[in-house]
Amino acid sequence: MRNFLTIYRKELKSYFASWVAYAIIAFFAVVYGYFFYVATAIFVNQSFQSQMMGRGFPMDMHEWVIRPLMMNVSVIGLFVIPMITMRLFAEEKRSGTIELLMTSPVRDAEIVLGKWLAATTFYACVLAVSALNLVFLFIYGNPDWKPILVAYLGLLLQGACLLAFGTFISSLTRNQIIAAAGAFAACLLLWVFEWVTAYETAGWARVVSYLSVLTHFEPFAKGVLDSKDVIYYVSAIFLGLFLTVRSLESLRWRA
Amino acid sequence: MIKVEGLTKRYGRTVAVDDISFEVQKGQIVGFLGPNGAGKTTTMRVLTCFLPPTAGTARVAGFDVLEQPLEVKRRIGYLPESPPLYPEMEVREYLNFVARLKGIPKRDIPRRVEEVCERCAIGDYRDKLISKLSRGYRQRVGLAQAIIHNPDVLILDEPTAGLDPKQIIETRELIKGLAGEHTIILSTHILSEVEQTCQHVIIINKGKLAAPPDTVENLTRRLRGAESVAVEIEPRNGVPDAASAQRRLEQVAGVSRVLPRDGRDGRLLFEVESLQGRQVRAEIARAVVEAGWNLTELRPVALSLEKIFLELTASEQAAGGER
Repeated sequence: MRNFLTIYRKELKSYFASWVAYAIIAFFAVVYGYFFYVATAIFVNQSFQSQMMGRGFPMDMHEWVIRPLMMNVSVIGLFVIPMITMRLFAEEKRSGTIELLMTSPVRDAEIVLGKWLAATTFYACVLAVSALNLVFLFIYGNPDWKPILVAYLGLLLQGACLLAFGTFISSLTRNQIIAAAGAFAACLLLWVFEWVTAYETAGWARVVSYLSVLTHFEPFAKGVLDSKDVIYYVSAIFLGLFLTVRSLESLRWRA
Repeated sequence: MIKVEGLTKRYGRTVAVDDISFEVQKGQIVGFLGPNGAGKTTTMRVLTCFLPPTAGTARVAGFDVLEQPLEVKRRIGYLPESPPLYPEMEVREYLNFVARLKGIPKRDIPRRVEEVCERCAIGDYRDKLISKLSRGYRQRVGLAQAIIHNPDVLILDEPTAGLDPKQIIETRELIKGLAGEHTIILSTHILSEVEQTCQHVIIINKGKLAAPPDTVENLTRRLRGAESVAVEIEPRNGVPDAASAQRRLEQVAGVSRVLPRDGRDGRLLFEVESLQGRQVRAEIARAVVEAGWNLTELRPVALSLEKIFLELTASEQAAGGER
């Protein structure tokens, strides 16, 4: 437990020691801000129109603003995650510090867990900064906060799951660029799997679609907390971390 | 303290270490000598549990590297060839991190960090970023990292590689100062380093032990018994010619072998080797001068590591042939 905390703290610190972290937060905030603006603008426009046409019914803010925003944000996440995970192991392998970690009385699982949780914490910070936009919704309107919380939980779970795979890919190479490209490819794949059901309805297509991280994010964006989606993410996290531990072990045998 | 038996390590088809056995007693400083690619680093990596052996066993303080790696790691301090440093950390921050990693109790950490800083003379650099340190100071931080948990065994992979002469001397002194409390294995390809810092030496070549582990004195006595001298003669009007000069040198008492070398500016250069335990420089000088030739240079040639290897491997082959 203590070893895990040691790794976790070191990793988190080294995220914020570099300007890259702030660049990622800024990038995410800008793109998020843009999507937020667009979603709100459409919402405002639509409500004006419906009012002019005499339909005075209150429009659902979650359905019009939060849901499309969250769907967009979950896709931006795919682009940010490789940047977060690329250095985790690749950098240690390149600089040789992996020898320090692996010759210290620490278990491989503790190293992997510490690094992954630090990455997830950093991603949570990225999400938290972007959430500042939503403050405006609460100032000028009264959205329901519970579905928003569910949506954010979904973003975090989806992020944690992709980060686990990114960590795994970073442990395969000593080149950060390759680690980033590999993680991006994995993220992209897990995203586009969802599209299969658009033109194919056979059983295999449903399975492939089920594997997509986006399929499981949709209910979260709606504000629905479904245990089957939580289970999907949690087991995907386990798989990613398990593969990483295995890859570290194999490093000893291959190196 | 360290016991290695039949250790073999293969990477795919290449054999990096081939059936090595040796033992190191508590408190010894052992030099691990060998040319680049001899298998020094691989052996050290097996001892530090970074790599598993393909065959054979290695035990540190009674614990097997495969079966109880955590126990072995607790007792080992390791400085790889390039010090494992995080450039974005400050020295103190880094040492704190390593101390926690090595499992030092929390309340002892500040004291231990102070101690190793003093020991490795990096006290003034405590608050500097590691990326701003020079090569020599990085090496010291690396050494500080290796000794922070007061390990029984210290494994240092080429601790003086890439340092300037002053830093080399300082590092050697530091290592010598650590002897006694720790059992130390250090690898190097420089013979003089072994002579100056180690009591025992293990010579490894192409993954095999080139000679049985021995004390440094015994080994040098064995190898340095014969003297090697470079002799340069300047011929006058073509006299002497190379052949007659060589013949004359071979006749000097105590000379075992005369090897012609490439001389500059028409001068003749020979490398003369003496028989075991014979000093031949004075006789050679006399012989050349008495023949009426110009002796322009007479200088002892140090036996290079390369030669020692040649001799050791040659003698091993000879011994093998006799059997």
